Amino acid sequence: MKRSLTLAILLALSFAPTARAASEADYKAAYAAAETASKEAAGMRNQWTVTVSALAAAKKAGDGGDFDRAVSAAKEAEALAKASIVQATSEKEAWKAMEIR
Amino acid sequence: MKARTALLLGSLSAALAAFALTSPRVVAADKIDPVADAKAFQNFFFRKFPDVKHEDFVNGPYSMNADMKRQWQEKEEFPPYEFALDAGKEMFATPFKNGKSYADCFPNGGIGIRQNYPYFDEKEGKVVTLELALNRCREANGEAPYSYVKDEMASLTAYMAYTSRGKPMDIKIPDDPRALAAFENGKRYFYTRRGQLNFSCASCHVQSPGERIRAEILAPALGILNAMPIYRSEWSGMGTTSRRFITCNSQTRAVPLEPQADEYRDVEYFLSYVANGLPISGPGARP
Repeated sequence: MKRSLTLAILLALSFAPTARAASEADYKAAYAAAETASKEAAGMRNQWTVTVSALAAAKKAGDGGDFDRAVSAAKEAEALAKASIVQATSEKEAWKAMEIR
Repeated sequence: MKARTALLLGSLSAALAAFALTSPRVVAADKIDPVADAKAFQNFFFRKFPDVKHEDFVNGPYSMNADMKRQWQEKEEFPPYEFALDAGKEMFATPFKNGKSYADCFPNGGIGIRQNYPYFDEKEGKVVTLELALNRCREANGEAPYSYVKDEMASLTAYMAYTSRGKPMDIKIPDDPRALAAFENGKRYFYTRRGQLNFSCASCHVQSPGERIRAEILAPALGILNAMPIYRSEWSGMGTTSRRFITCNSQTRAVPLEPQADEYRDVEYFLSYVANGLPISGPGARP
């Protein structure tokens, strides 16, 4: 019984997802996604400074071979860019609520 | 059954009547009406600050706080923009290499005309600011344009503003749909939230004038451009209207637009028009 329990635990652990270091391919994919979102925000004339900084940090880390940090920064940049797109989209009408009439 | 039908028809008629009565209002609110907008804008500030003299709004934070106003009045005896003013006067009078000067580019030789800028150029179909007109003058006479955010431009506009001090802002909106669209675009830019901090120009200068943001007292939007250009202690130097817009954008963590972008030109048009009648007070000094 004890042996089968140990085997079951070992088997379960072998299937458990393990954290692995990010690869250059992961970084490139994350950076490309962030860059696309960032370009869309810039096209809407609503780029955020923090998006630009996060993208620059991702590139710097990627160029230095620190892909974990690069992926994390690229994901942050993508999230910020998407938030700025949401802002620009909602403000197309929402600004009117602020207007002095 | 008949009673129910009558009730239904009655309700429908009442709803249609209500719609007919309210719909013209909706249309009116969406119509571009700069005169009504300017009136509403000024009244908002006059009612919010009933003790501030109308012509005093152009003094920004000093109109909101008596202690600051006293300090500023003492500073005005030796104003920090004086060097820029002197430099601007000299630059203005110095001919270009071709022998012409700024005076040749502007009505009335460029003296006492600040209150008419920006204006809508019907040929170009766009708003032309004083800073833009100055650089166009330079380029038309074979000179390199100045940076829109640095000292030379601030000095020139400081001198031109000084020659207009006390004159009421007098911005015209011609009967041209493009001019109305520029005004509306400026208004939209003014009220639109941007940047990671989700601030619009109005968040600070309509909702919170007189309040502190960190160590500073926020200026009211009404008359905010009448004092341009300004010497800012925070900048340790002079700043143009372009610099002011760019800095505001950066402070909300929005990437600023290029100087003299259409949006900046239009927001300058909007803010100047709604300040019509208030005196030019530039060059100004701010903390």
